[in-house]
Amino acid sequence: MRKLLLPTPGHSLLLFVVWLLLNKSVSPGHILLGALLAILIPLLTNRLRNPHPGIRRPVKALLYLFRVLGDILVANLQVARLIIRPHMALRPSFVEVPLDISGDLPITVLASTITLTPGTVSADVSDDRSRLLLHVLHLEDEEELISTIKTRYEKPLKEIFAC
Amino acid sequence: MLSWVLPVVFAMVSLALILNFWSLQAGPGVPDRTLALDTMYINSSALIILYGIWQSGSLYFEAALLIAMLGFIGTVAVCKYLLRGDIIE
Amino acid sequence: MPFWIELIVSLFLLVGGVFVLLGSVGLARLPDFYTRLHAPTKATTLGVGCLLIGSMVLSTWSSGSLSIYEVLITIFLLITAPVSAHMLAKSGLHHRLEHAKQTGHPELIEEPLHKE
Repeated sequence: MRKLLLPTPGHSLLLFVVWLLLNKSVSPGHILLGALLAILIPLLTNRLRNPHPGIRRPVKALLYLFRVLGDILVANLQVARLIIRPHMALRPSFVEVPLDISGDLPITVLASTITLTPGTVSADVSDDRSRLLLHVLHLEDEEELISTIKTRYEKPLKEIFAC
Repeated sequence: MLSWVLPVVFAMVSLALILNFWSLQAGPGVPDRTLALDTMYINSSALIILYGIWQSGSLYFEAALLIAMLGFIGTVAVCKYLLRGDIIE
Repeated sequence: MPFWIELIVSLFLLVGGVFVLLGSVGLARLPDFYTRLHAPTKATTLGVGCLLIGSMVLSTWSSGSLSIYEVLITIFLLITAPVSAHMLAKSGLHHRLEHAKQTGHPELIEEPLHKE
C-alpha cells in the first residue's frame, strides 16, 4: 500500500517542502494542496525514473554536503586569485581520473562536486564509466590532485551510496 | 551604509553584464557564446535580486528563480543541439 | 536598523558583487574556452549565493521571521551550474575548440573517450 501510494518518499517530501517554501506559508490550504501534489506528481513521473542506488548513510551525506560547501569557498578564493594574476603563469591541463564508483547518480554527484570545487571542471566520462576527463585551471601536482579527489570526495561517496 | 553599498553593487553587476556582452560578441565560436549567454542569465538574475532588495519586494525573487531556470534549460538545450544536431531524440 | 545587521548585509552584498564581477572578468580575459569555463561556474555561482545570503539576512530582520525562501535559488544554482558547465565542456570538446598553447596533456582529448 505504502509502495503504491508513495513510491519515492524522499521525492515527495522534497516537493512538499519546496511547495511550502515557494508559497511562503504554512496555512492548512497550502499544506493540503502541497500534500496532494507531493503524492500525485511522483505517481505520474515514477515510470520515467531510472533505478538509482539510494543514500545508505544520511549522516555521512550531510557531513559531505558541509565539506563541499566549505571547499567551494576555498576554491573560489583560489580561482579569483588566478583570474587576477597575469595569464602567462597559468598552467591549464587536462587530467584523467580513474573512477572506482559505479552508477549514474554517484558519478553525477562526484562530477558536480569536482566542477564546483578546486579549479577543476569535469568535461567528459568514458563510455564504460571508468574514467573521468577533467580540465584543471592551474595544475601544480597531478598525482596530488588525483589522490585528493579520490580520498576527499570519492571515498565518502562510495560509503554514502554503498556502490 | 546600505544606501551607498547597494548602488556600488548595482554598478559591479552592471559592469559584469557589460563584460558578458563583450564576450558574447567576441566569441569565437558557438560554445563560447553560449557560455557568455549562460553567465549573462545568472548575472541578470543577480541584478533582479538586487532590485528586489532595493524595492524590498519579494515578487522579484520569483522572477530571479524563473530567469535562472530558463537560463539553465536554454543552455542545456543549446549544448544538446551542439552535441547532436538535435534537441529531442 | 541596527548597525551590525547593516554591516553584515553590506559585507555579503559587496563580496557577492566582487565575485560576480570577477567571474565576468575571467570570462572576458582568460585565454581559451576551457579556462573561460572555470570563471562563471565557480565565481558567479558563489557571488549570487552571497547576494542571496545578504538578502536573506535583511528580509529575516525586516519580517521578523526566518526567511529561507532565498535558499531555494542558491540550491538551484548550485545544482544546475555544474550540469551546464559539463554540457558546455562536452560541446567544446565535440567541436574540438582550440586550447591554450601551455595546456598540459593535450593528447587526452585527441583519443576520444567514446567509440562511436
